[in-house]
Amino acid sequence: MHRLEETWLTVSAGILIIFMFIVGYQTFAMGMGPPSNKETIDPQKVEETAPFDHPGVFKVGENKYEVVMTMEAFSFNPDDITVPKGAEVEFVLTTKDVVHGFQVAGTNINAMVTPGHIQRISQTFDEPGEYLILCNEYCGVAHQLMSTTITVN
Amino acid sequence: MAHALKEVFYEKPKQALGAHPEDARVSLSYLSIAFIALFIGGVLGLLQGLERAGLMQLPPWLNYYQVLTAHGILLVIVFTTTFTIGYQFANLSHSLGGLLPKVRKLAWTGLVLMVIGVALVTTTIVMGDASVLYTFYPPLAASPFFYIGLVFLVLGIWACCFGVFINYRHWRKNHPGEPAPLLAFFAMGVFTLWFFASLGVTVEVLTLIPWTLGWKETVNVLVARTLFWSFGHTLVNIWYLVATSAWYAIVPKIIGGKHFNEKLIRLVVILLVVLNIPGGFHHQIIDPGISLSIKFLHVFMSLSIAVPSLMTAFAMFHVFERTGRQKGGRGLLGWLKKLPWGDVRFLAPMIAMISFIPGGAGGIINGSNQLNQVIHNTMWVVGHFHITVGVSVVLTFFGICYWLVPYLSKRTLTKKMNKVGVIQTIIWTVGMAIMAGSMHIAGLLGDPRRTSYTTYKDHPDALSWIPYEYIFAAGATLLLVGVIIQVYAVFHMMFLSPKGVTEFPAAEPVADAAPAPLWTERWGLWVVLLLMVVAMAYVVPIVDMIVHAPPGSPPIRTW
Repeated sequence: MHRLEETWLTVSAGILIIFMFIVGYQTFAMGMGPPSNKETIDPQKVEETAPFDHPGVFKVGENKYEVVMTMEAFSFNPDDITVPKGAEVEFVLTTKDVVHGFQVAGTNINAMVTPGHIQRISQTFDEPGEYLILCNEYCGVAHQLMSTTITVN
Repeated sequence: MAHALKEVFYEKPKQALGAHPEDARVSLSYLSIAFIALFIGGVLGLLQGLERAGLMQLPPWLNYYQVLTAHGILLVIVFTTTFTIGYQFANLSHSLGGLLPKVRKLAWTGLVLMVIGVALVTTTIVMGDASVLYTFYPPLAASPFFYIGLVFLVLGIWACCFGVFINYRHWRKNHPGEPAPLLAFFAMGVFTLWFFASLGVTVEVLTLIPWTLGWKETVNVLVARTLFWSFGHTLVNIWYLVATSAWYAIVPKIIGGKHFNEKLIRLVVILLVVLNIPGGFHHQIIDPGISLSIKFLHVFMSLSIAVPSLMTAFAMFHVFERTGRQKGGRGLLGWLKKLPWGDVRFLAPMIAMISFIPGGAGGIINGSNQLNQVIHNTMWVVGHFHITVGVSVVLTFFGICYWLVPYLSKRTLTKKMNKVGVIQTIIWTVGMAIMAGSMHIAGLLGDPRRTSYTTYKDHPDALSWIPYEYIFAAGATLLLVGVIIQVYAVFHMMFLSPKGVTEFPAAEPVADAAPAPLWTERWGLWVVLLLMVVAMAYVVPIVDMIVHAPPGSPPIRTW
């Protein structure tokens, strides 16, 4: 192999290793990993299982909120929710039927919600406004209508 | 004279006589299906583009998600698969001196099985019984015939895989101590990967059939997704390997040069075969039920593909520069001017290669933990795969047509047809650039993919995405024009172009090149390594998903 070829390969592999260190540091040291919650639930008994028997917005601490939410074709429960400015919100999500995607436009909230699993994802809302929550995984004929809002004021 | 004739007839019969007519028929049949699928899939693509932007309403009997399912399956599965088989079998026939009769029979069997499969799948989609998209994630449950059709498709692919393995083995047995020709080596890589890639999805489909028939009550959703993506993303890399076979082993000949060091080329093929299957996990980076450490391992496994890709970039530009300089190109970049930009057989794959630079960079973003979360299931992803598949792969395939089809049909590529090809390539490039470019931007702003026209109750964020959607539609219109020109060109070269001899442009090594090392032919070892990598990637998460499985899901129809 030529010198130039060896250099190129070493640099390519080197970049990959440096990249992995950065991604790893962000994931494990800074807690920036993607949503990966491992709790499970019976997808056919969501309404009878805590906490999803009482979906809603709950205050759990100093400007800290928990949103317990179920998704089904083609709605969110609860919908059109409101939290105060600066609130740290943890969404606790599950689905009653097919796979849905939970996305809040204008934030990094983006998580798959698969039947049988409870997904968790957090966000601090510093900017007031009416944020659009939408389902971003195809879930059926009215998938494009599956949306709601979270108002921060 | 006598000596020259003897050489022609005994040593170079392929060059003298062109494609074996029966082998050519196999390849031409597959290519015909490919371009019919491209035409239908392309029309559906434009319908989607127009509907998505709110510029057109589909009739009540045709639903956006039906169109989307058919577009995905016809282009992503049917077009790419049948093109690959047609092209790879021509390579095999050329480089191994013809297909064995039983291999030809397997190829025809494969064709029949695939036609049955495609007929079942498209019928269920048209009937509205399979609006489950290309990924058919359970618990969305299509008609059982949809999945049975998929089984036929897989069986057809397997028939072709076995054909390749048998022909390759036969050649190696009759040529002891010789490495197989480079194009045959590529074919072996492509079909080995295909066989192992299809195992996971086959298990998935075979569990979904009894579930949709009601013989089994529930299904494990997460395991099904994982098995799907072990195939879904490997398929991407199969196309990529097919495209690189033309970049490495055909393009150098077209520009009048020699191919790169064969040892490195073979190493790239082996790495792509061994490392590929775990790449699919990055489609599940924001899934629940999979731990962060497993996801991190998979980020590494997905991105390791970047290394052979960077090797390819190095090798190809080395070949271009060497050839350009031999032709008198001077200075730092003067060699670029010496490349045959007016020859569609070079222009199309060259643009394909260049587009792999932004395509690959986007892939690194999609494959990494936190960045994936930003763009997951947004239009960004759609933009990404229209650049990678739609340009890097498909434009290479289009470029291949301009020598492969006339070679097989014993016709010639006329100057006029070359010009048609150049115009097609430009239209395609511009169409994709504006469509995929605007998709990337809209995706970053949050516009979701796989969603028909919507303003989400006139939410300002959603309204801000609409102008980009107009640009998607404009791009899609240009692309349909491109599809029509390409389909016309292919069938013209198949049936109407002037008769004559077209050379098969297989590149040769430089004069003093060492022969390819024989250790690269240890396919048994590469398969063992492939299986070891798959085991490292999948055993722990799949066992975890089964042992800690929640109660399963029953079949659900939401359309």
